[in-house]
Order: sequence, then C-alpha cells, then structure tokens
Amino acid sequence: MYSEKVMEHFRNPRNVGEIEDADGVGVVGNPRCGDIMKMYLKIEDGIIVDVKFKTFGCGSAIASSSMATELIKGKTIEEAMKITNKAVAEALDGLPPVKMHCSVLAEQAIKSALQDYSKKHNVHIEGLEDFEPTDPHDHE
Amino acid sequence: MEKYIYMDNAATTRVKKEVLEEMLPYFSENYGNPSSVYTLGSKSKNAVEIARERVAKAINAKPSEIFFTAGGSEADNWAIKGVAFANRNKGNHIITSKIEHHAVLHTCEYLEKQGFRVTYLDVDEYGIVDLEQLKESITDETILITIMFANNEIGTIQPIKEIGEIAKSHGIYFHTDAVQAVGHINIDVDDLNIDLLSMAAHKFYGPKGVGALYVRKGVKLDSLIAGGGQERSRRAGTENVPGIVGMGKAIELAYEHLEESNKKLIELRDRLINKVFENIDHVRLNGHPTQRLPGNVNLCFEFIEGESMLLSLDMEGIAASSGSACTSGSLEPSHVLLAIGLPHEIAHGSLRLSLGDFNTEEEVDYVVEKLTEIVSRLRAMSPLYEKVKKEEK
Repeated sequence: MYSEKVMEHFRNPRNVGEIEDADGVGVVGNPRCGDIMKMYLKIEDGIIVDVKFKTFGCGSAIASSSMATELIKGKTIEEAMKITNKAVAEALDGLPPVKMHCSVLAEQAIKSALQDYSKKHNVHIEGLEDFEPTDPHDHE
Repeated sequence: MEKYIYMDNAATTRVKKEVLEEMLPYFSENYGNPSSVYTLGSKSKNAVEIARERVAKAINAKPSEIFFTAGGSEADNWAIKGVAFANRNKGNHIITSKIEHHAVLHTCEYLEKQGFRVTYLDVDEYGIVDLEQLKESITDETILITIMFANNEIGTIQPIKEIGEIAKSHGIYFHTDAVQAVGHINIDVDDLNIDLLSMAAHKFYGPKGVGALYVRKGVKLDSLIAGGGQERSRRAGTENVPGIVGMGKAIELAYEHLEESNKKLIELRDRLINKVFENIDHVRLNGHPTQRLPGNVNLCFEFIEGESMLLSLDMEGIAASSGSACTSGSLEPSHVLLAIGLPHEIAHGSLRLSLGDFNTEEEVDYVVEKLTEIVSRLRAMSPLYEKVKKEEK
C-alpha cells in the first residue's frame, strides 16, 4: 500500500518533538477526521534553522509530517512557502490517492506555522495574507 | 520475519490440516460435476450431501434447510432481498440494527431505493440492540427482522432468543447474520426461533468462498441467482465441491471441540485484556465484558490512530485490525464504534485483536509487550497526548 520511503519515514520519523521557544507554531487538522499536525519553527534571519513536529494520525500523516520538516529545514521562508503538497507526496515516492489529504495537511502545517511567525514577529510573508487552513478532506 | 503472530481471526482463519486433507481429492481425482449421472458425478454429489448433513447438524436444522452459497455476503444478500421480494404483498418494512455488517446494511439501503422502508435499531454502549425499540418498531407492514448474532468488530453477542421470540409472536421472519458466531457459539435454530441464518466457512477454519444460508422449511424466499437446478433450484451454479466439503469438515470439527476451544480462547482473551489494562493507561474496552465472542478483543487507545498502530504491529510481525477511517478507505471511522457512542477521535484509535485456536499464551504476552512499546512511541509523537499530559500535571 505504501512506498518504501513512506514506511521508512514512518519507522524513523525525522524531527519529532517540540521547540520550547518556537518562533512559529502551526496546528492543522481535526481529531474528528483522525489527523492533527502540529509544527514548530525556529527562524533566524529569514531561515528556518530548526523544525519539529507532532502528529496524531495514520502512517502517511506521520510520514508526510516528517518529510515536510526535512524539506523546509535550513531553507528560507520564501523557499518553504513554495513547498506544495505534491512536493511532499513526490518526495515520499507517492501516496495512495485516499491519503493525498495527508500531504495537503503537511503543506498547511508549514504555512500555518509560518503565519504564526509572521503575526508574532510582525513580518510580512508574501502569500500568507489570506491563508486559512481548510479541511483537506474536502480536496479529495 | 522470524515470528508471525496472527491475531485477526475475525477477518479470516487458517484452514485446518484435517479440513484441507478432506478437500484435496475433490480438486483432483474426484472432480465430477455433482449434477452428472455417472459415478464420478455422484461421488461429488454424495460429498456435498454429507457436508450438508454436517452443517445442518451443527445448528440443529434439517439438511433440506441448508443451501450452500459463495460465502456470508451472498447468504445475507439472498436472505434479505429474497424475503423482501417474495413477501412484498404482505408489507414493505424491514427492521435491522445500526451495527450490522455492510453485507446487511448495504442490502437494506438498496432495498430502500426499491421502495422498502427500513428501521435501523439503536444499540447501547455495549452494542446490544434495544429490544423495546424493536417491539415499538414493528408494524403490520413488517416482513423481516434481521439482526446479527455476534458483531464482527466488537464481538457483542445479541439477545437472539428474545429477538426470535418477538419475531415469532408477530409472525415476522427472523434472519440472523451468524457469520461470526457459527463454529464459535452453540446455535439451535429451533430453540432460538431463527428462520434464516447466514454463515461463512472461512471464519471457522474452513476455506474462503463458501458459505451457507439456513432457510426454515416454509419460509417464502425468492432466488438470488437464477440458472440451473442446483441446491433444489433455489441457488443456481455448479457447486463449489471442494469448498463445500471443507466447510462440512470444518463445522464438524468446530463443534466437536467447541467447549475446550472456547475455554482456552476466553482465558487468552481475558489475559490479553487484563494485561493491556495493567500496562497501558487511557485505554477502553469496546463491547460487552462478558457477552462477547470468545476470541474478540477490541480496544481504543486514546490520542493515537489505528492505522499507525497496525503498521507498527505489522513491523513486529503481528497481524491485527482497526476500525479507524484510515484503514477503511473512507473518512469516517467504523459505524459500529460510532453507534456505541464513541466520539470520532476515540473511534480512530481502535484496535481489534481476534484470537483463534492457533494462538498461545506466549503470543498474547508478546503482543502486549510490543503493543505497550508501540502505544508509548505513537503517543510521544501525538500532539493530543502532549496536551493531556500537560493538563494532568
């Protein structure tokens, strides 16, 4: 059902945990739907120097969160903003169609954490003006 | 994989050696069509009839009341559609429950589209149907009550005798989907007032793709599959002879060893449940503590999701199942877990371990040990657990 890459990230998820003095924290998803992602960012000079996550969800939700943190770690805010759900899914060598919403959730977790950073630090981030995490289950 | 522990016996079971041995000749030397007149054909015919007698005996029915099908789903479809269409002149109302197998629920939904009216009875927190609501739901139009014998997910055993009495006193046909019960619980169709009963061989160490419908003599039932004159012209199609032979042997074995098997299973089941509760917090048992199938364990672990538990167990060589949305391909968790009143987020964290004759005490202990590790690993990743831990401090 899952690619080796998904299983590998599920078995050994990268960057699990919390950041106590995070610069931005994003929470997306809904326990009702069976998945919640929480992402913590540490940002210095416009660069994501550290990222951690916690996820309640299925195997692909955990793997998608792990991959998303890998894709944005060490990147600039602009680069992180360009990470799409497709990029997350492709980096995992694909997700089953019914699990694509997990990658949507991962993209939204990044944006939600960046939005929190932008609000807390009064930094304008292009593309986040009207960002509102939607229910990714509607995207299917 | 060194170790493989199979705890998904409610999904299917391994064919027992004695069963397989009886089946094998009917694939090779005894390949005749039971409908053929020559000796090779009658050998197959005889084998089918012996199996029919064994199945009938197991539930205290007559052999002429047993009809072989391609499995439990076909038997359910046939019983419900067959009664509905054959008795339409009497009424158009069917009563069932909210926790039936999809073979029953989707058949009822289909009949609703055909103009029938269906009442879906509520269940209590243990998954037992509301008998008062059943009585109140009966009208002059009611032609069928279909309630499962035991639930496939949470293992709850229904008050079948009481339901049978209610049905009989109103002159309504009573069908029970006994797919999870046959081979595991003593069943007497006369004592329980059952008019139709579905079963599937692969749930009691028989082969897949074969089942049966018990139809009490005199029950008006349309055919589902039209064609040749097999099964006394009520279910067409050349008989699955090896499968039927296997089913006959499997059901005979199951009832020969029922008491010892159940005693062992109940011990293992309760050991598993008790050990989980000793080792893991924020867990709940779904279903009834005692009115449950001997091999069924269904638990909800809060703050984690079922599929990630299943994947983790699989990595340890343990096969189990879950009612989480992510394991069904749909977005909703199990309809059974929602019907017993679980909130969605709890239902997502369900795990079913169904024990069988091949499981051992060592396996139970190993599973609890691994499960404890897995739950704690997944909880360490869960933002819901983090929140609760902070609140508890």
